[in-house]
Amino acid sequence: MQKLIAWIDDRLPVVEAFEKHMSKYYAPKNFNFLYFFGVLSFVVLANQLLTGIWLTMSYNPSAEGAFASIEYIMRDVEYGWLLRYLHSTGASAFFVVVYMHMFRGLLYGSYKKPRELVWIFGMTIYLALMAEAFMGYLLPWGQMSYWGAQVIVNLFGAIPYIGEDLALWIRGDYLISGITLNRFFALHVVALPIVILALVVLHILALHEVGSNNPDGIDIKKNKDENGIPKDGIPFHPYYTVHDMVGIVVFLFVFCAVVFFFPEMGGYFIEKPNFEPANPLKTPDHIAPVWYFTPFYAMLRAIPDAFLGVVVMGAAIAILFVLPWLDRSPVRSMRYKGSLSKIALVLLVISFCVLGYLGVVVATPERTLWARILTAVYFAYFILMPWYTSIEKTKPVPERVTMK
Amino acid sequence: MNRLITALLFVLLSSNLWAAGGPAVPMDHIEPDISDQESLQRGLTLFTNYCFGCHSMKYARYERAATDLGIPSEIFEENLILGDAKIGELMTISMPEDQAKIWFGSAPPDLTLSARLRGPDWIYNYLRGFYADPKRPYGVNNVVFKDVGMPHVLADLQGVCAEPPELGVEPQVDPLSGNIIAQSGCDSYSSEGSMSRDEYDEAIYDLVNFLEYVGEPSRLESVELGRTVLIFLAFFFVFVYFLNKEYWRGIH
Repeated sequence: MQKLIAWIDDRLPVVEAFEKHMSKYYAPKNFNFLYFFGVLSFVVLANQLLTGIWLTMSYNPSAEGAFASIEYIMRDVEYGWLLRYLHSTGASAFFVVVYMHMFRGLLYGSYKKPRELVWIFGMTIYLALMAEAFMGYLLPWGQMSYWGAQVIVNLFGAIPYIGEDLALWIRGDYLISGITLNRFFALHVVALPIVILALVVLHILALHEVGSNNPDGIDIKKNKDENGIPKDGIPFHPYYTVHDMVGIVVFLFVFCAVVFFFPEMGGYFIEKPNFEPANPLKTPDHIAPVWYFTPFYAMLRAIPDAFLGVVVMGAAIAILFVLPWLDRSPVRSMRYKGSLSKIALVLLVISFCVLGYLGVVVATPERTLWARILTAVYFAYFILMPWYTSIEKTKPVPERVTMK
Repeated sequence: MNRLITALLFVLLSSNLWAAGGPAVPMDHIEPDISDQESLQRGLTLFTNYCFGCHSMKYARYERAATDLGIPSEIFEENLILGDAKIGELMTISMPEDQAKIWFGSAPPDLTLSARLRGPDWIYNYLRGFYADPKRPYGVNNVVFKDVGMPHVLADLQGVCAEPPELGVEPQVDPLSGNIIAQSGCDSYSSEGSMSRDEYDEAIYDLVNFLEYVGEPSRLESVELGRTVLIFLAFFFVFVYFLNKEYWRGIH
């Protein structure tokens, strides 16, 4: 075994790579449970790739055959129902863990210098993930697949001058059709997974270059022992590999409970109208995107003008990219920031969650008013950030990490 | 935190997101039990005899239903397959869609996924919601689905209700006389059927139960496998928990 490794290592730097990224990658020893969500995104990604490959073996990407092939998978393929539910639940789980992972970044200032690129690669993954989820959602060719895609693609039509042509170009037809289904299938199973995997590699490489942040937001590389090893760091392997196993098992317990016992999640993970094949002549009473898009959908609906709505929705995502340059605070972690930052983050979380709810339900004048207020609150978190992070009084940051 | 998660889960699971569509009609609630094979067999028989002429079940196969419901293949082929279909085939029908559209206004929908689309309560109430209405082409209307194109095919079992039946009514018994004074369903019939009110309700329960089964035939297998998986994960958790503890003993 040793000989084989030596033989390979002479030709490919496997030992060096393992040491750089695992056994000699020194991570802060004070990670808390919020640090599980990075590795959990990895677990869900692996789940989506594996189940996706097997689903592709039995799926038929045509307007005539797509819906029936899903039911074929559910009924006639051995464990097809399990593959399908793992994949559909995995999509929602992906967003759960990614949102938690992003929240962790906001809470402990993981986006701040020198981790700007880590944040930007992460945000790009999020963007690619939204495209991946949106295109994947069309594939079962149910009523909500169809009309959801119709609504989202029509948004591009709201762009002045080029909008209509752009929407036509995306669809490849005057309305969502088998042509759209085929291209979405190609993008969903080939193009976007490659993009996402490449971005994940960049995300990790950039992270391992600068080192992980921690709940105290302290730079552990400032305190090194005589061997040049950070005093507050521990080798990722074996310490965090065994540690992450605990988080993975707990996550799998919850995940499998959903997969095996309530895969529809009350109509939130698999929407009820999707049990009816797509019908271009019959619009459902109520079109709602899947829960992970609803905060942005609520913002879109809150704006009276269609084009402005699209702009606001786009801006809500785009503004996250410049976050590292909006935060002027001398400290990273919320533990040492002032009360203004704390209030701002709480308001952001509340506005995002309530907007998510508002995006699910039917709009009423009162709800639209709330959606407008909360959209303003959402943007205020970012736009006012340079102000409130620079005027507030921060607490002194300790020299060494604290173990809580 | 735990309480918050529990509360959130409760809201997520108890609310029915898609109940919003269409006018709300009070409905009776049933709990389907797809482990009750006898009920499913009765439901399948009813479906084959009364529904299958017009409604396909084109994503399901005869053989799967026979296996899951514990019906021997020969008996199934002899009694429950109409026409010359093979037992391994999909449960399609021969009624052409364009003709059906002319007869009923719109083609009768496929019923494989009806229970997942509409929910078992909706079907249970719909099939008990027909009443006489001479203004309609087939002489009946429905309280759950107003002006539906479907005739009351179960009229020889239920009879035809003279007035729109009230559904979703809590049963009330007069404490003095012991008589039932309020009850869900039909009170007076313009033509009698072969079943009593309770018999009909039970028959519809069986039918809905069968539709619930056929909407997701893997449900029972899923619950069974799910239990094994969760028990394994619980044991595995103990193992990884102590492994982690052992490694981290020296880290302070």
